[in-house]
Order: sequence, then C-alpha cells, then structure tokens
Amino acid sequence: MNDIAQGLLAALHLIVTFDAELWEISLRSLQVSLTALIIASAIAMPFGTFLAVQRFKYRRLVISIINALMGLPPVVVGLIIYILLSRSGPFGVFGLLFTPWAMIIAQVVIITPIIASISHQAMRELWAEYHDLLISLNTSKWQRIKTLIWDGRRNLLTAGLAGFGRAIGEVGAIMIVGGNIDHATRVLTTAIALETGKGDFALALGLGFVLIGLALFVNIAIHWLSRTEREGRW
Amino acid sequence: MVSEMFPLTLSNLTVRRRGKTVLGPIDLTLDQGGPTMVIGPNGSGKTTLLRTMHGIERISEGTATWAQPDQANHAYVFQSPVVLRRSVAENLSYPLQLIGKLKPQIKSAVDHWIERIGLTKVKDRSATRLSGGERQKLAIARALIRDPDVLFLDEPCSNLDGQSTREIEALLLETAAAGTRIIMATHDMGQARRLASDVVFIMGGRIVETGQAAVLFETPKTSELKAFLKGDILI
Repeated sequence: MNDIAQGLLAALHLIVTFDAELWEISLRSLQVSLTALIIASAIAMPFGTFLAVQRFKYRRLVISIINALMGLPPVVVGLIIYILLSRSGPFGVFGLLFTPWAMIIAQVVIITPIIASISHQAMRELWAEYHDLLISLNTSKWQRIKTLIWDGRRNLLTAGLAGFGRAIGEVGAIMIVGGNIDHATRVLTTAIALETGKGDFALALGLGFVLIGLALFVNIAIHWLSRTEREGRW
Repeated sequence: MVSEMFPLTLSNLTVRRRGKTVLGPIDLTLDQGGPTMVIGPNGSGKTTLLRTMHGIERISEGTATWAQPDQANHAYVFQSPVVLRRSVAENLSYPLQLIGKLKPQIKSAVDHWIERIGLTKVKDRSATRLSGGERQKLAIARALIRDPDVLFLDEPCSNLDGQSTREIEALLLETAAAGTRIIMATHDMGQARRLASDVVFIMGGRIVETGQAAVLFETPKTSELKAFLKGDILI
C-alpha cells in the first residue's frame, strides 16, 4: 500500500512540476499508439466490413485466422519484426529498427486483427439489419461498405478504442524493436519496465498512473468528440 | 405515367430453399394498372413472390421477365420497416445520394416528402426513435422519393393502428393515381377490398385464383378462396 501511495505522489509530482522527460515520453507514447491506431483502423475497419458483406470461398477460414491472430504474442511479433527490419533482413535497407516507426509497425501488426475482428462482429449485425434494404436499393458493394461504416461508426469506435488500449499498454514488442532508447524510442510502458528493473517502484508506479490517466483521457476525449450516448440509441 | 417496364411475365417460376419448394411453379402476367393485391394466409408465399418479382430472391427454376428490366426503377417496402441509423431527413436523402443527385434537388425532395408524411417536427431526430407507424411512413416515403415506376409493399400496415393504416392507404392511393404501379401483399381482406384493382390469391406457394378485385371478391371460384374470404382457417 505504501508503494502505491508513493507512486501516486510521484505521479502527482511529475505532473505538477511539468517534468520534461515525462512529457516527452508521454507524447511519444501517444504519437506512436495513435499513429498505429490510425493505420490499423484504415486497414482493419474496411476489411472487417468487407468480411461482413462479401461471401467468398475461404471467408470462414479468413475470419477464423483473424480471430486467432487477436491473441498474437507481442514478444513474437516484436522478434519477427526485429528480424525483418534488422540490417540483414529484407527491410533493413529502410533503417527503421530502433525508431518510433518500428514501434508503430509492431503495434499495427498487433492491433489490426483486434480491430478487424471486433469491426467484423459489429458490421455483421448491422449488415443483417440492412441487408434487404441495401440490396433492394440496388447499391454497389462499395456503397454498402461505406454505408455500414458510416452508420456503424460508433460500434467501430469501440473496436478502435479496444485497439488503442492494447497499443498504448504494449511493452514486449516495442521494447524489442524500439530498444527503449532515451530521447528516441522510450515510451511510458518501456520506461515503467526500466524503472521496475532498477527497483524504483515509486517512479514506475507514478509512470503507470500517468499511463492509465492518458488512456482514460484519450477514451473520454474520443467518446466526447464522437457524441456517443448523447442522442438516443444512435 | 406509363411505364415501359410492363408486362412482367412469370413463367414456371419456382423458388426452393434447402430442397423444399416454397414458391411455384407460378405462371402470371402483370400489366399496367393495379394496385394488385397479393392475398393469402400466413406462410403462403406472398413475401417470396414479391421478393422474386423485385429481384432480391434467387429463382430456382423458371423466369421473371420484365418488358424493360430496370431494378433501379423498383422500390420495396418491407413488412418490418428498415430504417437507417440516421436522422429522418438523412433516411430520405439516402436513396437520392446513391444515384448522385445534387444537393439542392435532394433538399427539395426531402422537404417535400417530410411534409407529405407529417414528420417535419422530427426530421432531425434519429429514425430509430420513431413509432412503428412513423417508421413505416418513412420507409414508404424513402421508397417513393426516387419516383419509382413500381412499388412493392409487403404487408406495410401489419401491426399498425387504424389511424396509421388510414394515412398509409391514402398515401398509396395517391401514389397509384400518380401512375406508380403498386403490387402489395396483405392478409387484411378489408385493406385488399379498399385498395385492390386486381387480386392474386396464393396458397401453399401456388396461385389459386387471380382476377379483377370486384369480380373475385364477389364471385370466388375456388373453395380455398371462398373459405379464405369467409375467414376460415386454411392450412
């Protein structure tokens, strides 16, 4: 309990004194995770919706694979991306290893299946509701996907937030591909791991509370901006 | 308005689901005129027949041939009105946006139809919050906003109160008078008598009797239709 109280105090101290390093790693955490979220959402939401409206031969297999990939072990993802981005790897020429972009790639790989799977579930229900109407209106496949994404945007928001939650709290993969380099790739989670390793539990907990606060702030901000729950059911 | 889409000819039309025949074989020709009421007990195949004519049901055998096929010129109103998770006005503008109408044209059409169905006060409210009658009126207006040549309606007044039913019937009669060909399924005989010009009586997936409404209601030929008109339970 004492450690937790000290952690809270440490968090408060870091925030009140506008600790420069805290701001830097907090902003980097946000920058990396929000960029990963945007890229993953751009891939996963249309794909999840496509899976809901389109019937094709191996559709069930694809859905099963996406669902299975939700449980991808981050450390393994980190390792594979490390190998791919390392100098001797196929993408080594881009020099991305130990940069925020490597961390973003890792997070995209981890959260894309999560967002795609939740999007697919949500869009499948909406498609069942809209199916007859949209077929009857002679809509094209693209018009159907656009309509479902727009009308199901609040369900998709949930998918996005689930992905963001996973991304901002991720440590294993980004530690491997980012390297936790001070002023370069250190983010809140890797800083927490570092301080815990050094035995500075109060600072580690303080950073942990900042991380929780940040995640809550982003969730509330997105809900507020998207006007969720303000006007009836939808 | 005289549509060049007619006649619609159904020839040996059969629909099977999982090996079981749910409709047909049916031979029927529908020409200009109407409104046509497709009547019959629950589960007789009315909905399947309408969906097949509209082109949203897969035909297992036979053909449904329009003189000039153009599905964009049909509209369909479902028994349970489907409303988009949007405002009332956006529900109405949606079909016009799909065909690339310009904003001023969309606004003018939406304003006209919102007033026509009496939903002006709730035009910015989410359509999912409307009552059953309001939803059905919205669904009909959304179907009519593209000015279709043919309007299919699948029991649009089931579960509605008398006032809503009267309003919808008035709207349908006005639509028919304006030249839109109405083909509607109903098991409400009162409604069929009020609206029908001609009638198709269907039972067990097959057409039992068809003809002019006045003749068919007064002098039914088959025992099934006689029993149905009497209100007997048909199995």
